[in-house]
Amino acid sequence: MNGTPLLDIRNLIVEFGGLRALDGVDIQVNEGEIVSVIGPNGAGKTTLFNAITASVEADGEILFEGDTLLGLDPNQVTSRGVARTFQNVRLFANMTVLENVMVSQHCRTKQGTFGALFYTKAFRQEEAEIRARAEEILGFFGTRLVGFRLDQPAAVLSYANRRRLEIARAMATQPKLLLLDEPVAGMNPVESAELTGLIGRLRDEWGFTIVVIEHDMEVVREVSDRVIVLDHGVMIADGDYEEVSSDPRVIEAYLGHGATTK
Amino acid sequence: MTTTVLSPLLRRVPRTWRRVIRLGALGAVGQVFISLSGMPVRLDVREIIVPILSLGYLAVLAVPVVLGVLLGRRPQHEEFLERPPGSRDLVLGATLGGLMGGGGLSVLALLLANFDLRDPLINWSPQLSEFLSFGRGTAFGFVIWLVIGGGLGLLGGSLRLASSRTQRVIMTMALTVVSAAILESLVVDLVEGVSLEALVEWMYAPRGGLTLVGAAVLAVVSGLLSLVGQGRIKAVQGRIQAMEGPRQTRVNLMLIAAVGVVLVILPLLVGKLTNELLANIGLFVLLALGLNIVVGLAGILDLGYVAFFAVGSYSTAVLTAATSPRIAPEFPWFVALIIVIVIAILVGLFIGAPVIRMRGDYLAIVTLGFGEIIRLLFLSDWLSGWFGGSQGITAIDGVDVFGLLTVDGTNPRRVFYLVLFFCAIAIYISWRLERSRLGRAWMAVREDEPVAEAMGINTVNVKLMAFVVGAVLGSFGGAIFVAKVGSVFPSSFLILVSIIILVVVIFGGMGNIFGVIAGAVVLIGVLGGPKQPGLLVEFSEFKLLIYGALLVWMMLARPEGLIPSARRSRELHQEEFLQDAWLRGQIDTDDANDLHGGSDTPAAES
Repeated sequence: MNGTPLLDIRNLIVEFGGLRALDGVDIQVNEGEIVSVIGPNGAGKTTLFNAITASVEADGEILFEGDTLLGLDPNQVTSRGVARTFQNVRLFANMTVLENVMVSQHCRTKQGTFGALFYTKAFRQEEAEIRARAEEILGFFGTRLVGFRLDQPAAVLSYANRRRLEIARAMATQPKLLLLDEPVAGMNPVESAELTGLIGRLRDEWGFTIVVIEHDMEVVREVSDRVIVLDHGVMIADGDYEEVSSDPRVIEAYLGHGATTK
Repeated sequence: MTTTVLSPLLRRVPRTWRRVIRLGALGAVGQVFISLSGMPVRLDVREIIVPILSLGYLAVLAVPVVLGVLLGRRPQHEEFLERPPGSRDLVLGATLGGLMGGGGLSVLALLLANFDLRDPLINWSPQLSEFLSFGRGTAFGFVIWLVIGGGLGLLGGSLRLASSRTQRVIMTMALTVVSAAILESLVVDLVEGVSLEALVEWMYAPRGGLTLVGAAVLAVVSGLLSLVGQGRIKAVQGRIQAMEGPRQTRVNLMLIAAVGVVLVILPLLVGKLTNELLANIGLFVLLALGLNIVVGLAGILDLGYVAFFAVGSYSTAVLTAATSPRIAPEFPWFVALIIVIVIAILVGLFIGAPVIRMRGDYLAIVTLGFGEIIRLLFLSDWLSGWFGGSQGITAIDGVDVFGLLTVDGTNPRRVFYLVLFFCAIAIYISWRLERSRLGRAWMAVREDEPVAEAMGINTVNVKLMAFVVGAVLGSFGGAIFVAKVGSVFPSSFLILVSIIILVVVIFGGMGNIFGVIAGAVVLIGVLGGPKQPGLLVEFSEFKLLIYGALLVWMMLARPEGLIPSARRSRELHQEEFLQDAWLRGQIDTDDANDLHGGSDTPAAES
């Protein structure tokens, strides 16, 4: 849309031993977009997220706001403004709901040992801000993560709430780009419809640019401005939902060779 | 071999009786082991109740009672058993178990009389034989242990049949009498401090141990108290917990203040020896609090914590002692302490930097290595010009407090106050850091390091910080240690010190300040530290055996420690915790979610 894209991935290659999980992928994501990444199992979708967040080594180039992300540590990527959720929910299970969201503001806050030990005004102020922001973010999900839930350990949450808390935790790092890895997996249709709505509001109200990996095509159609299809580490399609869903290569990737001619 | 011969036989025995046989045999082996470790004979000199019971006999007599209590318990899920055991069966089982336990000693008495195995087993001695036969010949010894074992098993088993109220009263009585005997020197010291010698003379025998009358009175009083007090303490606890936030905080603050006042007054009432003991406990509280930050909060298993203690000690010695071999700036202690803190921070970074890039077991092994490296450096010829090698540094002055008074080993009361002051600092540091941005980051790292990193936490820095804070607290311990002892030798910093501090932390309750303090008070106070004697001086030889046994038992029965941190016990008992939460209706199920979440569901309109 406007000059340089927010995320600009060029010729991205990720290898595990001899296996090329990503084989020369080029993806551009503009600010304010919601982009879905789809593809069969093993296509390299989660590897793409891992590469962006520096969890795996990658070759090629990943530019975020014009600066490279390659060679950074995961926590540096997060402080540049990229946050993610995990496909297999990975909360800090024994920390409370509130603590989960407070702790992920780490890279946006700076009070250290000195402030904590001397209980300085700046320390108290920052703690209050961290807490207020955490509650504001949790409030985004309605009443279900606030009130008495705030002080409950994340382990007792329902599956759907754990997924919501993961998103809240990612939001608390105050990212520009939010990477959601199968946010509605395992949810029932009501919950998944609700979350679909929330993804739209994440962009409209919070101003996040969103890349979402999703298998549920209903959700993909609902939320995405653009859909990217990966297969065996290669991008095979990039366009809006209608284009992509009628692309013969995509149908072939999902349904197998010869499906288009049937 | 034996099992293959025995198991077909055993299989014919009903299941409930198999348990009796198994535990009884275990008890017998345990008895023999305890006897051959030499503990009973050595502990025989320590009296509990003067003419009738010594600590040595208590050690072996406890086994059949415990067997009886264990076997007298109704089996779990007994409604599923074909033929659940009746009360009479249970008592019979308990008696039989006790009999087997005692039988171990009977057999041992026989063997002792007829064979000489002194060569491999140094405690296979006439004294043991004497101990087991009460000096009346082998036959008597053989019979008496069967009678005692069976009798105590019966006692333990019948205790189970009593109401839970009675059980608790009897337990309180027994515990009171035993702890009154164990704490004798402390009690005597304390009572003499408030000049009530008459009470002491009447309660304790001249050569130590409770008198019969004293024990009886103690038992009756404690029994009555527990009868009256039952439920009261719980009720008060409940009332405090039910209070709203600010009032509860006030009550807690008052409690802490009360404990503080007691701790300030207590040393004034007791004598030198008790103050020495208190100072030792305090020193280990300080070290354990430091290690607790590394292990309990940040989850880094550091097996070489003694390194920081050593560095603190040696740098204080070099900076304050006139006898320091190379440089002797002879700074006052408090000035030196500031430099010591800086050195501790540097050493924390230096050891931490290579170590924290590793994980789990590897990290533990490497820290173990660093702990030894530091000690060996101080011992080495290479640095002996600086630190005196194995001769160490001696004749170190104590702490000079503004020219008013000197704190050194000759006055343990002052040492205790110094330790208390630094413990208070350590508690404050632990308490504040746990509730800060850094503390939360430590928790996250402990829970799931890769995710913590993905959430923007610089795990390397955060873990280094834990090392540094731990190092500073450890060096406080070292600085006080030097002032107290007046000398440093490499042999004061063996791996054993690391292990014992770690055991204190684990035993007390990792991650919980109060737990760590309780662990140090119980372990160091009663059993003693690596070189420091505890209240049970006679135990010193068996200290490590008991430490080990306690640790094993703790890991099996209560891995979260004496006073666990809520979070730690959740980690260890996640399944049970979730079940409990579910039973109490606190768990959040997806259905419930739809019920109360449904109305405010932000519709998918955007």
